[in-house]
Amino acid sequence: MSALEIRKVRKDFGSERVLKEVSLAIDSGEFLILVGPSGCGKSTLMNAIAGLEPVTSGEIHIAGEDVTWRTPAERDIAMVFQSYALYPSMTVRGNISFGLEMRKMPKAEREAAVERVADLLQMSHLLDRKPSQLSGGQRQRVAMGRALAREPKVYLFDEPLSNLDAKLRVDMRTEIKKLHQRLGTTIVYVTHDQIEAMTLADRIAVMRDGHILQLGTPDEVYNDPVDMFVAGFMGSPSMNFIAATLEGAPGRFQLRIVTPEEDDLVLPWPRQRETPAMTEQVGRDVVLGLRPEHFSEEDERLAGQAEGTPLSARVSVSEPTGADILLRLPLGEREVTARVGPTCRVAPGERLALRVDMARAVLFEQANETRLA
Amino acid sequence: MDNVIRRRTPAARLWRVALYAVLVVAALFYLLPLVVMVITSVKPLDEISAGSLLSLPMNPTLAPWTKAWGEACTGMRCEGVGGYFINSIAIVVPAVLISTLIGALNGYALTKWRFKGSELLFALMLFGCFIPFQVVLLPMAQTLGWLGISSSRAGLILVHVVFGIAFTTLFFRNFYVAIPTELVSAAKLDGAGFFRIFWRILLPVSAPIIVVSVIWQFTQIWNDFLFGVAFSAHDTQPVTVALNNLVNTSTGVREYNVDMAAAMIAALPTLLVYVLAGKYFVRGLTAGSVKG
Amino acid sequence: MSLTSSRPRVARAASRPSSAGRLQAWLPRLVLAPSVAISLFFVYGFMLWTFILSLTNSRLLPSYEFVGFGQYARLMANERWWVASTNLMIFGGLFVLICLALGAFLAILLDQRIRQEGALRTIYLYPMALSFIVTGVVWKWLLNPGLGIQAMVRSWGFESFTFDWLVNPDMAVYTLVIAAVWQASGFVMALFLAGLRGIDDSIIKAAQLDGASLPRIYLRVVVPCLRPVVFSAVMILAHIAIKSFDLVVALTGGGPGYASDLPATFMYAHAFTRAQIGLGSASAMLMLGGVLAILIPYLYSELRGRKHG
Repeated sequence: MSALEIRKVRKDFGSERVLKEVSLAIDSGEFLILVGPSGCGKSTLMNAIAGLEPVTSGEIHIAGEDVTWRTPAERDIAMVFQSYALYPSMTVRGNISFGLEMRKMPKAEREAAVERVADLLQMSHLLDRKPSQLSGGQRQRVAMGRALAREPKVYLFDEPLSNLDAKLRVDMRTEIKKLHQRLGTTIVYVTHDQIEAMTLADRIAVMRDGHILQLGTPDEVYNDPVDMFVAGFMGSPSMNFIAATLEGAPGRFQLRIVTPEEDDLVLPWPRQRETPAMTEQVGRDVVLGLRPEHFSEEDERLAGQAEGTPLSARVSVSEPTGADILLRLPLGEREVTARVGPTCRVAPGERLALRVDMARAVLFEQANETRLA
Repeated sequence: MDNVIRRRTPAARLWRVALYAVLVVAALFYLLPLVVMVITSVKPLDEISAGSLLSLPMNPTLAPWTKAWGEACTGMRCEGVGGYFINSIAIVVPAVLISTLIGALNGYALTKWRFKGSELLFALMLFGCFIPFQVVLLPMAQTLGWLGISSSRAGLILVHVVFGIAFTTLFFRNFYVAIPTELVSAAKLDGAGFFRIFWRILLPVSAPIIVVSVIWQFTQIWNDFLFGVAFSAHDTQPVTVALNNLVNTSTGVREYNVDMAAAMIAALPTLLVYVLAGKYFVRGLTAGSVKG
Repeated sequence: MSLTSSRPRVARAASRPSSAGRLQAWLPRLVLAPSVAISLFFVYGFMLWTFILSLTNSRLLPSYEFVGFGQYARLMANERWWVASTNLMIFGGLFVLICLALGAFLAILLDQRIRQEGALRTIYLYPMALSFIVTGVVWKWLLNPGLGIQAMVRSWGFESFTFDWLVNPDMAVYTLVIAAVWQASGFVMALFLAGLRGIDDSIIKAAQLDGASLPRIYLRVVVPCLRPVVFSAVMILAHIAIKSFDLVVALTGGGPGYASDLPATFMYAHAFTRAQIGLGSASAMLMLGGVLAILIPYLYSELRGRKHG
């Protein structure tokens, strides 16, 4: 039995269809992340699960019960909002115990629950403060505490970290992950930050225009994207898309990349990554997807032994990030980003010998941007 | 415009002096009537006819005030404006409280529980802020008669509530619009219902707008003359009507000092509110009118 | 998407909202219902009612004998109505213009980092807290030729000084302007000052860096930003002018004769003291028409502005 199941949910705002038949099932204890650009429907889906927006059609089940037409209060879920939505007139204690009070929990139990949560989140010293006296990170903590105290069937997190500064965001991310590992709660988490999605999720649902494009583990979504949108959305810097022409035949496919003012670049496609669909596309335009880390600089000590396909290009910009260096270099008609080691000494304008790990490359049809291989 | 560097030349300094001079003259223009009113209200009658407007009282006396409060003639009766002052209070207090409460609930429902057509309903109600009240006087008189509350305090309270709701709803709606709806969503998930959310979450943060609404309604209703004169009898008149009657009663000698004292009595409550809560008063004026 | 269109809405029929849920959904409407009903009856119903009365020959009591637009024709032929309407034009026009000019002027002066700005602002604005009846009573006293400003100036030695507008039929309407400006110009000042303070400081800094002088900054940068304020101020002031009733009653009583009558006093006199309910209703409807003539363009531009914003 799923902790939460969404069956063919549709949602219209006026004539606009914001959710187009979304179906999803989440196991108990699973951490699911809904990710996508703004306007993709992820927050609407979240509100539909919470019961804050009635759905146009479809069903929502929580722990096996149909809750489609129940009020938010009757669904036994808790939500952490982007703005935290702490009740400004109440103390932290009041904020945490309000939901318990509404559920008619006796006072002693309520107080015990508040203490438990405060211990868990290390905020006992904040209990008598008002939200306005707290820092952003502390408010975030209280918002989570309020949800945890209720011990609901499902937790909903609506971009809970996006109002925090970068460093705090990373800390809280880790903390949420630890909490989930410790408590084994069922979480649906909305974010537009693909790093959050990658680091936290058991499974990721990538949404766009009211659809779920791909639902899978972070590894699947990252390394095995279903189309160019998912491929481009996940990962930072994002995947390089290189226009190419597919040539050859099964067993010896290759990609021809037309490069202005230079000879065409021809990259052989690894046999183990061939798919039957490729045959039909021979002679057509395709898109080669290479992540920045699929490039590496040629190590001279390993000359001839290193894996990957060699190529060389003239570096136009070099951006050291500390941990590594991002290089911009022309490949085909556009520039691509390559991630190389921090010791790579190359000045703009110089030629650099690189290797491309074609075994991890992905291939898309150009016409409809779907995955080819 | 703060943080602007200005030249410090003699010409610039002269300019500043002129600036202050103009501002002070303007202040005198606004203050003059109040000053004259106060001075006149404590002068004996013979000093008024002998001296000029601004001459200070030689023998200041509170007699005009006591006369204005308890003895001066307002039309047929000579009981001063005191009783009418009480009338005004008895009308203003319930009318302000009721219209503010209704406005708060309306604003809450309109912003945090939107439904199809709720914006239209708001626009519909808002129109009440704009009509000239002359257009409702005659039907109102007849309706009050049917309800059996014509010429009564209850009737005036009803009138002021009915035509105050549009303003109070506007105030609270504009205030609650700025409060994040997520707060209400969170409370819904916590299991609170419509009234509980209003009472526990919204109302505790509404103090500023409650003050604005109360002050606005208070000054509007206290200062009202049209409804007061149209829908009251001798014993239910508000103080503005009594003041006008007092000033226009033409029996015997015109006692300007008593007129002024009565005017001060009628003006004091709103002036007091203005001095004590000027910030909210201005906010009400601008919110009530600009955001229409 | 043939899939989506082929499925009818079955969910709503299949599982109904719980009773608590249904109550929650209806509560907001229930809470609003009395106010909406009040608005429909007391505002819209009464407007219609007054309109109907204006089509009858009601005199002391409402009668429902219809005379078409006869009352409007009588109104158009009534000299006192024309005096009142002309007065409203004069009073309203001057009142709005002077308030705007004075309010903007004072606001700009106050915006020059003035010491005691708060105190000055309080002084400029306090008349707005007063009843128009109080204002009328005070100014009646000040403008009284025998004991007021005229007498005071004469006592200073200017024996021929004359300021008798209050009792001069040609000038009485201007006393209304003086008193009304005194009462409302501080409010316009407050509106403008709020508008000035609301202007993004960086715009002004940018203009300064571009080398504009202070007057030029006001003229070219600041004033255009205040257009919406001017618009609202005109709207509010015109509204006050049309509704002006108490001030006239207290200051001039509409006199001398009916020289300073305004439509509002005309309406009241005919409907309540002269037993001409039909005629009074017709004049009230024309006042409503006047307000709508100002309100509709205002709301139109507001709504359009909001959509663009």
